[in-house]
Amino acid sequence: MTDVLIAVALVFVVAASTGAVLCREPVRQAVVLSALGLGLALLFTLLQAPDVALSQLAVGTALTPLLILLTTRKLRRSTEEAGEDTAPGSAEDTGTPDGGTGSGG
Amino acid sequence: MTARLRVWLFTVAAAVVGGFFVAACRRLPPFGTARHPYGARAVTAALAHRTANVVSSVNFDLRAFDTLGEESILFGAVLGTALLLRPARDESLSRARTERVLPTTRLFGVLLLPLALVVGVYIVAHGQLSPGGGFQGGVVLATALHLAYIAADYRVLEKVRPSAAFDVADGISAASFTVMGLAGLVSGGAFLQNFLPLGTFNQLVSGGLVPLLNAAVGFEVASGVIVLVAHFLDQALEVHPSAQAPQPEEHPT
Repeated sequence: MTDVLIAVALVFVVAASTGAVLCREPVRQAVVLSALGLGLALLFTLLQAPDVALSQLAVGTALTPLLILLTTRKLRRSTEEAGEDTAPGSAEDTGTPDGGTGSGG
Repeated sequence: MTARLRVWLFTVAAAVVGGFFVAACRRLPPFGTARHPYGARAVTAALAHRTANVVSSVNFDLRAFDTLGEESILFGAVLGTALLLRPARDESLSRARTERVLPTTRLFGVLLLPLALVVGVYIVAHGQLSPGGGFQGGVVLATALHLAYIAADYRVLEKVRPSAAFDVADGISAASFTVMGLAGLVSGGAFLQNFLPLGTFNQLVSGGLVPLLNAAVGFEVASGVIVLVAHFLDQALEVHPSAQAPQPEEHPT
């Protein structure tokens, strides 16, 4: 019974880690990493290593994906802010024809 | 270095490493056996020092020096991150906004925060008795505090975890591990050798130095992870590029 469970967990870990490598989008990658951490924690528990399973659960499933998500949020927001900085400029550019139609109407 | 030379170098190195790897694996004990030569010796040594959790005995007694190294790696990593993520000269700080939270989310956080903290303390405190220990419990403690951010907002989290206090706590707990090791040296033994009474097997105070080293790692990991996540959160929520700073790459657009 345990052997079957170990085999299932191993196959899941291999599938999840391959998925994490093939996934190119960081946010999705973080979610896949989280699932991989869960699978590894299960595998460690089945192999009677609960200490390592707890570490894996805390770091692999919670902490690493959190740090990746925070980093992507920061990067996304800084590009958005850069976009906002240029947006008023572009709004002014489009504002002149608007003003033109306003004065014309 | 040309591409061909690199591939050639890799092939030779991979063949050598692969050869030694296969040779080493052939002499490993078989997978999943009930008895393991190292396991049997570690269990005997742990029982001799009355430590119920053999893994903790390995981490904080038999191989405490390795744990000192690991703890220092975490400390160094947190220090490096803090250094890299400090607000740069062309960045400004603004306070995070107060945010509205769904009542159900708030309830979830308010109920789970104390529960998670108790679980964290339990895992740290029982490290010498049951699965878990300073590292695992420390990460649970650190992540538990961040439920305040989910249940309320960043301003509340900043009140719950004063960053400066945890900076100091991280340093002190990292140093206390080494100090306890030196105490072993002073008391006539070796570095990190146990000098405390061993206590009664399977009691909270048992295993001599193990619970103390375990607690030091618990404090160090908890404050280290809190400081680490705090710098990431600061960057994500409070640090902005200054408006006055020149941004040359925007002029062409």
